[in-house]
Amino acid sequence: MMAGRGKWISLAVLALLIGLLPLVFPSGYYFRVGALIFVNALSVIGLVILIGYAGQISLGHAGFAGIGAYACALAPEHLGLHPLLSLVLGAGISAAMAALIGKPILRLKGYYLAVATLGFGILVSMILTNERALTGGPDGMNVADPGLRSLLRDMGWRLSGGEFWYGISGLVLLVGAWLALNLFDSPSGRAMRALHGSEVAAATVGVDVARQKLRAFVISAVYASVAGSLLALQNGYITPDVAGFLHSVEMVTMAVLGGVGSVLGATLGAAILTLLPQVLTVFAEYEQLVLGLVMVLVMIFLPQGLLPSIARRLKGRDA
Amino acid sequence: MSLLQVSGLGISFGGVKAVEDVSFAVAPGEIVSVIGPNGAGKTTLFNMISGIYLPGRGSVSLDGTDVTGVPPHRLAEMGLSRTFQNLQIFQEMTVLDNVLAGYHLSERGSVWADLLSLPGMRRRAARARAGAHQLLKRVRLDDKADQIAGNLSYGALKRLEIARALALEPRILLLDEPAAGCNAVETEEIDHLIAELSASGIAILLVEHDMKLVMRISNHIVVLDHGEKIAEGEPSTVSRDPAVIAAYLGTQEEEQADADG
Ligand SMILES: Nc1ncnc2c1ncn2[C@@H]1O[C@H](COP(=O)(O)OP(=O)(O)OP(=O)(O)O)[C@@H](O)[C@H]1O
Ligand SMILES: [Mg+2]
Repeated sequence: MMAGRGKWISLAVLALLIGLLPLVFPSGYYFRVGALIFVNALSVIGLVILIGYAGQISLGHAGFAGIGAYACALAPEHLGLHPLLSLVLGAGISAAMAALIGKPILRLKGYYLAVATLGFGILVSMILTNERALTGGPDGMNVADPGLRSLLRDMGWRLSGGEFWYGISGLVLLVGAWLALNLFDSPSGRAMRALHGSEVAAATVGVDVARQKLRAFVISAVYASVAGSLLALQNGYITPDVAGFLHSVEMVTMAVLGGVGSVLGATLGAAILTLLPQVLTVFAEYEQLVLGLVMVLVMIFLPQGLLPSIARRLKGRDA
Repeated sequence: MSLLQVSGLGISFGGVKAVEDVSFAVAPGEIVSVIGPNGAGKTTLFNMISGIYLPGRGSVSLDGTDVTGVPPHRLAEMGLSRTFQNLQIFQEMTVLDNVLAGYHLSERGSVWADLLSLPGMRRRAARARAGAHQLLKRVRLDDKADQIAGNLSYGALKRLEIARALALEPRILLLDEPAAGCNAVETEEIDHLIAELSASGIAILLVEHDMKLVMRISNHIVVLDHGEKIAEGEPSTVSRDPAVIAAYLGTQEEEQADADG
């Protein structure tokens, strides 16, 4: 009952924010920023499932974002696939890759798992950088427009590129949040959270621990992949940075900052760390430094993350 | 016929034999207790039977099927359930979610049903929820259902583990010191619960240091010392067995020596 109500409250808060924020946007540029926040939040929700629910770490999830992004860049040109089908193809490849590499990797614990996933991310970004003939190398490549906006225009609905992608990313984020919240209070979600608490105890109540870990890994990879695809489509351009180590660290930092077990927190963490470089231009130069600093400060002062800590404090004051 | 059959079971850690050549059987509805001084190998024996440790020697069979080396989650499917001496609670989850996790086998379905919250999943989850509330009532924790498990007292967590283990509707239940750290009233309750469970046909394998409890409810007792079975039989026989008395006196003397020294 409780959990059920919490789910709809979270979704309503998110929907209201997405729907009402444009009313206070000073310029059209902010639609672009909003869309970027939503895309980042989507991949961070994937990490909430992996880290927050199942208690597994990944420092290579940008690799899946890279697969999603380059699927949308390459498949329309080389396979003649529609960009949206390319997104689905990218998600499928990411899921398959996650299943394939996750099996041996997820047997590792803690640091070893972090290092192994890191290796995977670096591998993907190296391939994308080095296969110049296909990917344009470090300079990146163009991504074809999916043509959806002109479809809407033909139907008499004129939207700017920013507005259009703000709407699409917002909708996908809502769906992603809904799926993650459903999962939380489902048999699979409970099994993931159980093995996070005690693998031995989870196994003795019948949870196939390896299988549930893999499930969380694959699902979170699909989130990252779809986010990567949306990023490529809305920018119309993509570089291997999307798969880079820094992007992986950025995702984990957003998750940790917002609260690694909380879907709304993930969105908050994504919003803060996406907005920061927009507000403080120096941030761009010192991105690594700031990410590291945020991570350390959160670990020391808010180990639960921003949103759960605030919630706890508010509750404490009520009582 | 026996439900659980342990034959010649043994395991060593770094050359040291923790359990050696232990055999016994448990029939449906029977309460068999494993007793012995600290470090005798009782928990290690449980870990082998429940698939957490791979036995070095010997075999375990469940209802006539050899299950030696079968992983814990498969044993759970076959009706074997257990609790832990050193609590293994899902600390961050609510009390209700802890018990619901025990319903994993009966409420699990496709991952799509879980992600999309399909009606089939919701039906299964609702059934599990009703059962979980019943079990929480049975161990007097229903008023704490929505609390985070980590905030409960030790005695309450002991009962929560039993409720979670019962959620599997096991045919055999392994209880590792369920009354440890419980007061007289709580011990009494656990005593009643075990008797009820065995009356309903569940086989019980019990490790417990509370000798009054063990002597009162056991049908059969297996005594371990230094990993080996030194005696077994009915409570009245075992309690008079010279080897058993020596084993227990021996540890008391050692403890006395430790205290003196
Ligand atoms: N994983 C392990 N690695 C090394 N030694 C172990 C391991 N598990 C158990 N042992 C050793 O096996 C012996 C038996 O320990 P066990 O925990 O089974 O005893 P116990 O009878 O349950 O004792 P207690 O009454 O204190 O719970 C001990 O000497 C212990 O140190
Ligand atoms: Mg023990």
